[in-house]
Amino acid sequence: MTDAATEQKLDITLTVNGVRRTASAPARRLLSDFLRHDLGLTGTHVGCEHGVCGACTVLLDGEPARACLVFAVTAQAHEITTVEGIGNDPANLSPVQQAFAECHALQCGFCTPGFVTTITAYLDENPRPTPEEAREAISGNLCRCTGYQNIVKAVVRASEIVREREEETR
Amino acid sequence: MTTRQVGEPVQRREDPRLLTGNGRYLDDLGLGALQAAFVRSPHAHARIVDIDIDDAWELDGVEAVYTWEDLDGRVGEPLPVLIPHPALTHPRTGYCLAKSEVNHVGEAVVMVVARDRYVAEDACGRIQVTYETLKPVVGLENARAAERLVHDDAPGNVAANLLQEVGDVDTAMAAAPNTLTLELEIERSACMPMEGKGVYARWDADDASLRLYSSTQTSTGVRAAVAAKLEMPLAKVEVVTPDVGGGFGVKIMHPWPEEVLVPWAARRLGRDVKWTEDRREHFVSSAHERGQLQEVTVGFDDDGRLLALDVRFWHDNGAYTPYGIIVPIITATQLLGPYKPGAYRVEFWSLYTNTVLVTPYRGAGRPQGCYAMERTMDAIAAHLGLDRTEVRSRNFIQPDEMPYDHGLMFQDGRPLKYDSGDFPASLAKLKDLVGWDDFAAYREQAAREGRKVGLGIGCYVEGTGVGPYEGGHVQVETNGRVNVATGLTTQGQGHQTVLAQIVADQLGVRLEDVHVTTGDTRRMAYAVGTFASRGAVMSGNAVALAAKVVRDKALRIAADALEVSPDDLEITDGVISVKGAPGTSIDLKTIAVMSNPLRYAFDTAAQAATQFSGAFDPDKPPVADDDEPGLEGQDFYSPTQATFANGMHAAVVETDPVTAEIRILRYCVIHDCGVMVNPMIVEGQVHGGVAQGVGGALYERMVYDEGGQLLNASFMDFLVPYASEVPHVETDHLETPSPLNPLGLKGAGEAGTIPVTAVIASAVEDAEGFPIRSMPISPAELWELRRQHSSVPAALEGAS
Repeated sequence: MTDAATEQKLDITLTVNGVRRTASAPARRLLSDFLRHDLGLTGTHVGCEHGVCGACTVLLDGEPARACLVFAVTAQAHEITTVEGIGNDPANLSPVQQAFAECHALQCGFCTPGFVTTITAYLDENPRPTPEEAREAISGNLCRCTGYQNIVKAVVRASEIVREREEETR
Repeated sequence: MTTRQVGEPVQRREDPRLLTGNGRYLDDLGLGALQAAFVRSPHAHARIVDIDIDDAWELDGVEAVYTWEDLDGRVGEPLPVLIPHPALTHPRTGYCLAKSEVNHVGEAVVMVVARDRYVAEDACGRIQVTYETLKPVVGLENARAAERLVHDDAPGNVAANLLQEVGDVDTAMAAAPNTLTLELEIERSACMPMEGKGVYARWDADDASLRLYSSTQTSTGVRAAVAAKLEMPLAKVEVVTPDVGGGFGVKIMHPWPEEVLVPWAARRLGRDVKWTEDRREHFVSSAHERGQLQEVTVGFDDDGRLLALDVRFWHDNGAYTPYGIIVPIITATQLLGPYKPGAYRVEFWSLYTNTVLVTPYRGAGRPQGCYAMERTMDAIAAHLGLDRTEVRSRNFIQPDEMPYDHGLMFQDGRPLKYDSGDFPASLAKLKDLVGWDDFAAYREQAAREGRKVGLGIGCYVEGTGVGPYEGGHVQVETNGRVNVATGLTTQGQGHQTVLAQIVADQLGVRLEDVHVTTGDTRRMAYAVGTFASRGAVMSGNAVALAAKVVRDKALRIAADALEVSPDDLEITDGVISVKGAPGTSIDLKTIAVMSNPLRYAFDTAAQAATQFSGAFDPDKPPVADDDEPGLEGQDFYSPTQATFANGMHAAVVETDPVTAEIRILRYCVIHDCGVMVNPMIVEGQVHGGVAQGVGGALYERMVYDEGGQLLNASFMDFLVPYASEVPHVETDHLETPSPLNPLGLKGAGEAGTIPVTAVIASAVEDAEGFPIRSMPISPAELWELRRQHSSVPAALEGAS
């Protein structure tokens, strides 16, 4: 039984939050584990490891993707955005992050990064969602704390903040 | 004058950090630590014949493989019975690693420690455990029949049998003009926090000390348990609770086997070791709750007033009873809700099954009790043809009857005595909010459209803020920063915000200057934990008391310096000034400097406190005999009994005439948790509680097959509700202060969950016209009930 005694490692290079990052990992390393343990970006959380909860959602070339269902090696040469890329400075929140704080859309915060990435991408597509559309938009992510009501509110509020900030900079 | 903070919907202090990926949850710590994985039993009931670990060692990166035989000292002994009770005559607990027998699928058998989790799991896959399987006991009916036993020395599978009686039930029942008997069933669910459990141990060989991080609801509990197991001085063990991704009860259970084994292995290996629970492990090796069979017999007069209530129930406690019989005791006592039961007798049997153990899950036995009582209320109303709210109303304890002593013993070993509450006012608000009296018209209109709708109601009382105590420590630094510590842990309740609000008010400082630490035994060694909706009540009052200690000291020092009486001083935004003469003032941070006589100045401000500064009386010692240096203080809050919050919920459901799909159209909540420190956070707790309740009422259940395999141990199959399943919750609040604590607080954490199963059962029954006696209810089950009742005239027609 020496076949699996040592495992071949591959150099994997991704663009993460706008920065080229390379690390060496086995072919089976999940993107979620690669981000967290090889690159030290622990904002991406792992809630189920079978693609249901959405806590690990990152943007893969701008589209939401479950990092626990992607091998890191298959993301080679692609662009990844994690919650840290959307906003990593507690004093300088992104519109979605600010809306979450204003609307009390998080409690324990564990599922939150997956919501933030998902909603950020969603608002690019639909900048003026109704509450019903907002609820639909978040219905692929699990949250065990909030009952979703304030997350729905935060989606709508985030769309307002985007516009408010656009007007400020105009 | 600063705005009073308590009562304001202040945005949470913790959010910016958590929103930006700067949270630190258990698995975010210990990059580079060795990782543990476990071989867990695939059988519900078996003897271990042989364990062959040789192949595991072949793998590069495997550092250790442990079985029970490796466990030395007290680590190899059974896990503790955390909450003994005289009625728990046959307590049984497992071992950290199974010794010779496994009693549920998922029980840990072998521990592997390796370079990373991938290697550790590979190694687990190479370990061969030979079992001699035994027939398992699965389900309450099999447990009760006791044809087979989970533990050979626990006859009848009975862990505990407890009877409490107030009044003479037999006589009152015999005299009652009406009696009804209900057979009820409620299934298992589980907390399912988005973050599972996790433990990370750092062993300092030079210092022979341990720092343990655990995703727990009690850092002090874990610390004491681990020190005892590892036979270490308490002073050499510190437990830190990092950010916790939800708890809901499962993390108050301790020590979990992993909480003992991970630090034990770290010490043995001299290396940092971490274990992060995966989702499947959480399903099969953490804890579940709720499963009960109930039999309620009620005697009542022709107006629907209770004369006698006789309840027997059978509680599934799973394979072991480390958390004692807290859950069934709560069911037995909190079942009474806002009502006077007449004579009351309740007896339960807590039974072993070969399934995952059962410990508190948000609501902790109350949802089952509320379900039994509220099903009974609806049955009485149907029997007498009375409005369901009228029957409830006639049985309410009235405000002028408070405090109301039920004559029973509660889960904290103290009397079940309600402190306050205004149930008629709550009901009036609820009827108003949901439009109770207009529903008949709505139902008729819906019927004309070919739609079936129903209205349901549920009322509960929740004992919150149980003792024994919590502590608060408040310290003002010389730069004006206020450090607050309390020992209980936080899992999303916003303690860093609400406790800061309380201290800001009590001390007279700005909210942004207050920094709260929870769940760190280095900062507060005496604490109990976060459960029973006790955080705000216990730690809120504790930090308020501690803030008062600090305030009194600050005023005393300031009064000396300003040569006025302390009574003439006030503190606003961190400045102490003479009332009515704001020009005469001194900063709180200056008092912090003066409170600590110095030999060495560490900065310019500190020079004022050094020995040649001249600012002292040469005839007195620098620190008076009855004083201590520093502007800090601590105090503990320990109540004589729990405080009782209450609430009432109503829901409108629609059931599809063809598919039997159940949809919640409206969900209304009246909630009374006394004074609300932060209404935004209270509201959030209610929303989240209702969502979990909806899961338990309509979607979530633990599907065990007869062999004891949990068939739905994944989020694909165990249906945690998404946003698409959870209704918008309409809320209104009453604030009936608790007379038991200085802040008038009652707990709010669990409330939202408690009545939901009862409410949905009530609403579906109302829509369908036949009794609902088993929950949760799926469309398939409702469809089957319709089929069974299709030949029977709608028995409940007209009862609403």
